Amino acid sequence: MNLLTDPVGASHFMAVGAVMFVCGVVCMATKRNGLGILMGIELVINGANLNFVAFGSEFLRRNPDYALGVDGQLIALFVIVLAAAEAAVALAIALNYYNNRATIDVDRADELKG
Amino acid sequence: MAEALSQYLWPSVAYLLTGIVHALLLLGLVAVGTVIFIWMERKIAGRIQDRLGPTRVGGKFGWLQTVADGLKLATKEDTMPRDADPILFKIAPYVALCASYATFIVLPFATGWSAVTSSISIFLIIAILGVEVFGVILAGYSSGSKWSLFGAMREAAQVVSYEVPLGLCVLVPVMIAGTMDLNVIGEMQRGWFTNWLVFHDPFTFLVFFVYITCATASVNRAPFDLAEAESELVAGFHTEYSGVRWSVFFMAEYNSMLLVSFLASILFLGGWHGPIPIFTSTGIAYESSAAAFSWGGFLANVAGVANLLFKGFAGVAIMMWVRWTLPRLRIDQVMRTCLKYCTPLACFCFLGAAIWTWAFPGGMLLKAEPYAGFREADEMALLPVANSAGTEARGDFDESVQSSGLASNDSALSQSLPGELASQDDNRRSPATALAGGDN
Amino acid sequence: MDGHINWHSFYFLLFGLTACVFSVAVVLTGSIVRMAFYLTLCLGATAGLFFLAGAGFVGAMQLLIYVGGTLVLLIFGVMLTAQGPFVNMKTRAGEWVIGGAAGLMLLGLLLQAAFRVEEWRGPPEGVATATAENAPPGEIGIRMLGKPGDNGKAVGKESGYLLPFEIVSVHLLVVLIGSAYLARTKRRRRASDPAEST
Repeated sequence: MNLLTDPVGASHFMAVGAVMFVCGVVCMATKRNGLGILMGIELVINGANLNFVAFGSEFLRRNPDYALGVDGQLIALFVIVLAAAEAAVALAIALNYYNNRATIDVDRADELKG
Repeated sequence: MAEALSQYLWPSVAYLLTGIVHALLLLGLVAVGTVIFIWMERKIAGRIQDRLGPTRVGGKFGWLQTVADGLKLATKEDTMPRDADPILFKIAPYVALCASYATFIVLPFATGWSAVTSSISIFLIIAILGVEVFGVILAGYSSGSKWSLFGAMREAAQVVSYEVPLGLCVLVPVMIAGTMDLNVIGEMQRGWFTNWLVFHDPFTFLVFFVYITCATASVNRAPFDLAEAESELVAGFHTEYSGVRWSVFFMAEYNSMLLVSFLASILFLGGWHGPIPIFTSTGIAYESSAAAFSWGGFLANVAGVANLLFKGFAGVAIMMWVRWTLPRLRIDQVMRTCLKYCTPLACFCFLGAAIWTWAFPGGMLLKAEPYAGFREADEMALLPVANSAGTEARGDFDESVQSSGLASNDSALSQSLPGELASQDDNRRSPATALAGGDN
Repeated sequence: MDGHINWHSFYFLLFGLTACVFSVAVVLTGSIVRMAFYLTLCLGATAGLFFLAGAGFVGAMQLLIYVGGTLVLLIFGVMLTAQGPFVNMKTRAGEWVIGGAAGLMLLGLLLQAAFRVEEWRGPPEGVATATAENAPPGEIGIRMLGKPGDNGKAVGKESGYLLPFEIVSVHLLVVLIGSAYLARTKRRRRASDPAEST
């Protein structure tokens, strides 16, 4: 299909969401900076959020009766708020970690290793 | 406009042309505004410090001083520190400028005259304005200079903190109007100046001043310009910038000043309506979109734009006056102003205005026409919701609309909501345009 | 659409490509500040996608909270924890290979799942373009106050969200206090420190 002339559907939104999700997972797996891991988490959350919003729209799927409607948007709103809260706590932990160890490299946090 | 053009051109071309025309109009305002503001700043600073300011370039008042400055800046060498992050250093000024320019997209300049109508325009503007800080922080951090870094950190702390009371202040007019559409908020203040929201009740009067304080802080103007405190940090976040990029930062700063002044006038000071309803009382008002185009209505709207521009420029002038009058605050004083004074005061005013609106829906003077047409327009805009979610909460307002007995005015007003320029985005039907469809 | 450009799809392509390219850039770049900048662009493009999906309020919320709040907070954290001017912690090649392979497999799985269902691939029959009709924000507010929506649809009755709303607000308060407690500077009393003893 020609993406410039044909209408898009929820699948296309999901594809973008999938790319963001995967990038977030890889980011979490490969970064050693604590804040980099936090950014990976934000990417994952946004990729998932995109799916909620896309499924909320009645114009992105063949049968509008199946659309989530405003529910999708509401869930996305809650996710955004909770992600902000999560970022605040994670940042506080990162700062505390930095105060104690003078580095933000998470590989150095191995003192609890058994 | 896009529909009208598409009769003569291909739809895609018409759509593009419409967008480009709007973008260029806004860019013209933004660029010319900056030129005027820099001249104004010099003149006002001069007068306050008992000097004359620029006098030579371009005649008696130094009109062309900014143009000469711009030429000088454009020919300056564009330097970059060795330690800077090249990509971020180069891109940061444009991030700031884009953010402050993008806010104008949803800003209405007169009845229905906005590039894009949106039912959440005020929310969008506040959101995009918050992005502007990102450019400043990037600039400060990527410069690789400790002065810039200090400036950026102060900016981050200050702007994120001041977004809270700013949002609370903006919530008060939004709550009274019952909508986040700036078009509707401006339109409900039509008529005499007693209709302006700043005179709605004592709490809005108070919150207006809190808003001005927070807006000054959120656009980094003195006495809150900690991010570029010349006496402590050389020049703060733009220490390392020179030439064109430096002037781009200035454009962004003056744009945001103009924007928050526009917002102050639309939210509190009657928007594009003058203090005396000349056009409404003579029966000339902006009627509707292209179908009912009338030169009188067009004229009324042009006068509205002039009104809004005057109010916006006056707001900027007041900011300049404040800048050259008050000394700069310390960072702890800035934070204390935000957290201990502005936020509680804004909360208090929000609660007070809520109670007042519930007790006296007509506002301070218990007017004979308590925002008559607006309430009806609002009801209709919310129709899809009202059907499913019940209208009992709005019963009080219904009564006040009924008792106003200005039905003819009401319908004229609700027809006047959608604008010609507003129809750019034909894919999206905002409540305002949906309203027009219902009326015509 | 007889060859005309579908502007909704055009904007989707624009924002979608921006989001994808910059999310990949977040992974690939080593500098933490550049990561934050690319993440901003990515999340901004996501806000654009929200607008295209008809969720204007969520899009504005995304811009306000994520781009204007969370990311500024993140950069603030970067500035507070930076050792050199620019933190750069290299990832080992083996980690890249394993992470990349796992990521590609996950991506393949997700993309296949996304395009497998025919029903998700486009707008309803007869609708030429995916119209983005932004829901009025009032409806979102009313639902948050616990009024269940009656959409009259065949499947699923929309529910009210009063309890989640309250839980989230209390949660935010807890987070506010908790993070302030975690991040506050702890004064360590040391007898040998001359500055403390005087």
